[in-house]
Amino acid sequence: MNIKPVSGPHVLAVRRVEDIMRKVVLALLPAVGWGILIFGWPALFLTAITVAAALVFEAVCLKMKGVAAKPYLYDGSAVLTGLLVAMTLPPWAPWWIGVVGSAIAIVLGKQVYGGLGQNLFNPAMLARVALLISFPIEMTTWVEVKPLLFGPGILDSLAITFSANTNDAVAGATTLGAVKTGFSLNQTLPGLLYDYNSFLAFIGWERGSLGETSSLLILVGGLWLAREGVIRWHIPLSLLASITILSLIFHWIDPQHYLSVWVHLNSGALMLVAFFIATDYVTSPNTPLGQVVFGAGCGLLIFVIRSWGGYPEGTGFAILLMNAVTPLIDHYIRPRIYGRYRNGKPLDISQS
Amino acid sequence: MLALFENPRLRGGIHAEEHKNETSAKPIATSLPLPKKLYVPVQQHVGKPAEPVVKVGDKVLKGQLLAHSQGNISAPVHAPSSGSILDVLDYPAPHPSALPIRTIVIGTDGQDQWINTDIPSDPFLLEPEEICSRVGAAGVVGLGGAVFPSAVKLGLGRKNQIHTLLINAGECEPYLTCDDRLMQERADEIVAGIRLMLRGMNAPQATIGIEDNKPEAYQAMYQASEAFANINVVQVPTRYPMGWDRQMLRYLTGWEIPADGRATDIGVVIHNVATAHAVYRAVCLGQPLISRVVTVSGGAIGKPQNVEVLIGTLMTHVLKFCKVDKDKVARLIMGGPMMGDALPIAEVPVVKACNGILALTADDIELPEVKPCIRCSSCVTACPVGLLPLEMASRIKANQLEAAVDLGLKDCINCASCSYVCPSNIPLVHYFKFASGELYKRQQMEHRSEQTKRLMDDRNQRMERIRLEAEAEAKRVAEARAARAREQAQAKPVVTEESA
Repeated sequence: MNIKPVSGPHVLAVRRVEDIMRKVVLALLPAVGWGILIFGWPALFLTAITVAAALVFEAVCLKMKGVAAKPYLYDGSAVLTGLLVAMTLPPWAPWWIGVVGSAIAIVLGKQVYGGLGQNLFNPAMLARVALLISFPIEMTTWVEVKPLLFGPGILDSLAITFSANTNDAVAGATTLGAVKTGFSLNQTLPGLLYDYNSFLAFIGWERGSLGETSSLLILVGGLWLAREGVIRWHIPLSLLASITILSLIFHWIDPQHYLSVWVHLNSGALMLVAFFIATDYVTSPNTPLGQVVFGAGCGLLIFVIRSWGGYPEGTGFAILLMNAVTPLIDHYIRPRIYGRYRNGKPLDISQS
Repeated sequence: MLALFENPRLRGGIHAEEHKNETSAKPIATSLPLPKKLYVPVQQHVGKPAEPVVKVGDKVLKGQLLAHSQGNISAPVHAPSSGSILDVLDYPAPHPSALPIRTIVIGTDGQDQWINTDIPSDPFLLEPEEICSRVGAAGVVGLGGAVFPSAVKLGLGRKNQIHTLLINAGECEPYLTCDDRLMQERADEIVAGIRLMLRGMNAPQATIGIEDNKPEAYQAMYQASEAFANINVVQVPTRYPMGWDRQMLRYLTGWEIPADGRATDIGVVIHNVATAHAVYRAVCLGQPLISRVVTVSGGAIGKPQNVEVLIGTLMTHVLKFCKVDKDKVARLIMGGPMMGDALPIAEVPVVKACNGILALTADDIELPEVKPCIRCSSCVTACPVGLLPLEMASRIKANQLEAAVDLGLKDCINCASCSYVCPSNIPLVHYFKFASGELYKRQQMEHRSEQTKRLMDDRNQRMERIRLEAEAEAKRVAEARAARAREQAQAKPVVTEESA
């Protein structure tokens, strides 16, 4: 019989860290699969390399830290980070972009802070922003949609991913990029969006990052996660609501210079960020109200950067900025304790 | 997503696997053989331990007073069966430490002969004070697990003019069904107990809250109380910890008890349903609290059921009766699996607080590896109090106990919902209990050092006073001597003058 004193509970819920990670990865797979489907073999190679690199860096860091790597490698967090990094990359980016991205995410974004659960910034977004600033050409070369069997073959694809020089594929700009460039040339909406098809944008048949184009599939994955109880509604809803309200107002005031709600919601990384990045447990607030504030802040920053900033897409910066504010939000927004006011004073008997 | 539509009166909580079906359909077993020896601890309640009034060798009858209550908050204990006092000794308590406490050992004579009981002709005509004193004399304590002397609570209720008596029949802990069975089988007696409590407190009405996973108990209680307009039976959602009295009160009324107050401050008294039954027995039958219904369950129990057990019966005896498979027992628990205590040995007596004995197998209790916190805030969502368990635990880990107190450590009710949901299996409650114990220890140390300082100061003052007194005495002596010398000196010249 057990002599060591143990506190209750003597039974436990069945959900474990690895279950959560597995479910998130599962929810991402449709969008990743879609990315591979419409951008061909190079997208598959890039995804595989990025995820593998993430695992290798995780193992190396754990080794250096002197802990047993196996349980941590199996918890799925490194795979998830790698996958998220891959999804934010241009689909035909060279292999080393994926490796550098994983290195930044795992080593600088996660392990230097002390590993799982300790990081201040979302590793995948840190990697994306660092890559974007360091390698602007590679990070903004967007290929046309080239479905798996209609694009380059396997060998050509290997060459695309592993060749040293930037490939010369037919490339164009993303919707947000095109609009930003257009504005700088004094062009106005809606003329800038002459070839924009809102339905294709929704299902994801457009230029863009590997796993971010299909709002539909990401939305489906995100809603499934919410149903499974892995994420809660507070962050996605407040994020999407704030950007919806802002774009409605500004588009109504000046439709020539502000994108419509639909374009905002279906462009860039917005859906991915709303359901999978902003909801990252480690880097978002703990309380429901704090999460609403966090989500709304993300939405606001995304809108500000997209509308008035230098970059066409602002999700990465917005997330990092709000990540930095998270400890502050958690400090000031705390749940009300039973029998006390929000300020911690006991309730007045006459008022309770 | 459903959180959108959450009832604001129902914060946090969890729903664990219930495991109630194993025992909830079987009648309470009353055929437990009388054990040869009964070990009755003198402290089975909150407050001062009772003082034994019997000596070794005394013959006692069933229901006879063994130890009387001491001070305002205390409760007496009675002989659970007839026989003779074999010993009054220190015996292991049903506590995780199994440290010995003062225990009266009775060798039963097998007669099980009752003492003359005082049965009032109409208990419902007794004066409120009389009801309270009878409840107090019968050693009735809160049987939900808190074991607070019931008479004290009734007295508080009478003094504070309460408007509602809340009967807690939540029984939210998994496995436990003793209250469920009690309600199904003895609903009329419980309702009689509730009426006596109402009278004892001059309270107008009572509400009984029953979790909605006990429809039979609800039906039985509903029928039993139908004749009494001032007793309502209400179903409450099945969500642990609904049996936390303050959670049930908030759910049923929307009121919260102030953090520094008692339920009586807002005109409510909360009693457990089994306590109401004990009150019935004490007042209507004149029987003190000498037995209780105990749920015996868990994977290692061959015959899981509810058993009416005499206080002082060793758990080994009860376990044997329920066909325990000793080799399969991985953990023995007194109480429920959420808040119950793991016992190191089974040779401990059943006490008034013991509502369940669970013999869990290795399959029932998982011992997964503890992983780092991923800040998923499941614990924040699960906390019924509104605390931040993850933050508190990280402060305690860094030995910043004061910071943990600032976060609300002292408001924690140790319900273990946070540990239950934690995907990293962090033993959060263990941290909180450790911190509370540590703070208590520090407080004691501070207290002690203050006391030492006071004694030191007293001594210094005393020494100073003695010194001053000695000085004054010396001065007085010196003055007296000087005066005498002067007198002599004065006298001398006179003499000389005279002589001259």
